[in-house]
Amino acid sequence: MAKMTYIKAITSGLDQVLSDDPKTLIFGEDVGKNGGVFRTTVGLQDKYGEDRVFDTPLAESGILGLAIGLSLTGWRPIPEIQFMGFTFEAMDGIVGQLARDHYRFGGQKNFPVTVRTPFGGGTHTAEMHADNLENYFTSTPGLRVVTPANPYDAKGLIISAVESDDPVLFMENLKLYRSMKDEVPDEKYTVPLDSAKVVREGTDVTIVAYSAEVNESLTAADALAKDNISAEVIDLRSLSPIDTDTIFASIDKTHKVVVVQEAQRMAGVGAVVASDIAEEKIMSLDAPIGRVAAPDSVYPFAQAENDWIPNSDDIEAKVREIVNY
Amino acid sequence: MANGSKQIVDFAKIKATMADPYKHPVQVIDREGKVVDPDTLAKYSDDQLVDFMKKMVWERTLHEQTMNFSRQGRLGFYAPTAGEEASEMGSVTAFKENDFLLPAYRDLPQMIQHGTTVAKGFLWSKGHVQGNQHENPNMLFPQIIIGAQYVETAGVALGIKKNGDEDRVAFVYTGDGGTSQGDWYEGVNFTSAFQAPAVFFVQNNGWAISVPRRKQTGAETLAQKAVAMGVPSVQVDGMDIVAVHEVSKAARDFAVAGNGPVVIETLTYRYGAHSSAGDDPSRYRTKEEEKPWFDADPLIRLRKVLTDKGVWSQDQEDKLVDEYKDEFKQAMKEAEAAPAQKVSDFLKWTYNVPTPAVKKQIAEFEAKESK
Repeated sequence: MAKMTYIKAITSGLDQVLSDDPKTLIFGEDVGKNGGVFRTTVGLQDKYGEDRVFDTPLAESGILGLAIGLSLTGWRPIPEIQFMGFTFEAMDGIVGQLARDHYRFGGQKNFPVTVRTPFGGGTHTAEMHADNLENYFTSTPGLRVVTPANPYDAKGLIISAVESDDPVLFMENLKLYRSMKDEVPDEKYTVPLDSAKVVREGTDVTIVAYSAEVNESLTAADALAKDNISAEVIDLRSLSPIDTDTIFASIDKTHKVVVVQEAQRMAGVGAVVASDIAEEKIMSLDAPIGRVAAPDSVYPFAQAENDWIPNSDDIEAKVREIVNY
Repeated sequence: MANGSKQIVDFAKIKATMADPYKHPVQVIDREGKVVDPDTLAKYSDDQLVDFMKKMVWERTLHEQTMNFSRQGRLGFYAPTAGEEASEMGSVTAFKENDFLLPAYRDLPQMIQHGTTVAKGFLWSKGHVQGNQHENPNMLFPQIIIGAQYVETAGVALGIKKNGDEDRVAFVYTGDGGTSQGDWYEGVNFTSAFQAPAVFFVQNNGWAISVPRRKQTGAETLAQKAVAMGVPSVQVDGMDIVAVHEVSKAARDFAVAGNGPVVIETLTYRYGAHSSAGDDPSRYRTKEEEKPWFDADPLIRLRKVLTDKGVWSQDQEDKLVDEYKDEFKQAMKEAEAAPAQKVSDFLKWTYNVPTPAVKKQIAEFEAKESK
């Protein structure tokens, strides 16, 4: 087993699926010779050829049309949308077409497309590059949305996403690409597409988070532990569907919960998690559901993004408030 | 620069000559029923020409019967096709069963010709899933988001190329309004970039609901838009079924030979409303505008050629109309006998593997549905 960055783990997973299934195709802007603007697909065109890993013209709606049409002719497409902000140009392709095509055919045809796209704040990108746009997609029936928070899950989830016959939006966190390393097996393994994971066990309070906020939550849990507050941290991994069983089991133990997201507070994934908890587990709670989220402004100009993105201090403060309620 | 001196580039001249290659739309039989290209017509046997006529009578009768059903409240959304018979039947008959059709909502007649049933067409209009389940798997359902079928064509065409299918193309339809969509350009351009086999039809029927063709673009023709993508294109008299068929066949041959895609603009006319859902053309166009198009009717001109040849009669046509009407009434009965749809099925088709929440909802709806 080797120590691998998050980005290398994704590359390793893509290498695996290209090798396993000759019908898989990787395409998008700059993914070929350049290996992607972040080098996520580096070396794959050399290894599998231009027929399997190729550049497209610069047009996101065209890329999604390509993915849908290739599915109709027996291929298993893995398109990349270079930044999540660019998915707006592919909104009809993803939400209007891809997500509902299996349904429209009454189940007769599959559209096994995995759309990969980087997102997430904290790396001082130009605007429209870092936004957390998951809520546009988690409200879309027919589409699965997953996002790993560590290298191990990154490889296992990308393999599961590609092998799934459902369309999957695979969100890759920009800040995590090279900021963390993990033991990642060289051989093939999968991580289920619809399950959350308890990444730190605790007894006093449950913190539910995803993507980069999982690490912020773990940092907060370390700080809280010094004051004998034992926080359990859950990484959602799948944003659609949400694995409520894992969350509910934890709440039955801790009776307190804080839901964390990097996205703006309005109508986000955290709101869905909070409402599921309120609907099913309100009698098990000893305190209101706590929420930590970015404020409801447009994503900030890069110089100010660290004042805006929720961090471990924000999470720690909210947990203390809920624990002491 | 001094007044009157020659400028380095003559934009006025460039603009004035851009549409030059499109001055003469392809035509075999003119609006008076006169054969203007006898050599091309000679390639067609009387049987083939009679078959073209039958197909146009079939489509016109389908349209009229569909409007009747619509007025009786037995159908949902329907986009009238009268006037476009030569454009639709002339093109679709140039393709093979294994070619992949990406239709829009005015293309039910081509879908039925390509391998679905009239009953399925009615079921689509009524809003029933069986209307999307075709006998020939080589087609999509009618696209509603205009332009999406164009980008998806790029994928189908690239898939055909990657599969190494040698005698297969993707073919797709949109209208004049559709050419204003960004997806129209992306679809044609992607297919060109990959030199993949596709034939893109633009059925220019003059109107995008109430907006006339001239308001869609400053370009003189829609066909010339293809030039910017490195794609050859042509304008064809869309009321002349022989011309449309001949051009479509040539386009298919060109595409399957590995030369990349073709764009075909058919000049046709939408006789009726945009759709059966309350559109009233008298709000935006005049009888004076309509008349020359009605006079250019595709059935009138082929009927004249065939009558002159002595291979067609009004009696024969009237009998056919009656036969087709019976067939369509039977198809409507079949459509009306389709089983009621279940929400539990909708839930089952939303994902291949239902999510936990969807599983729960399936159980809830199945319990309701079994009562």
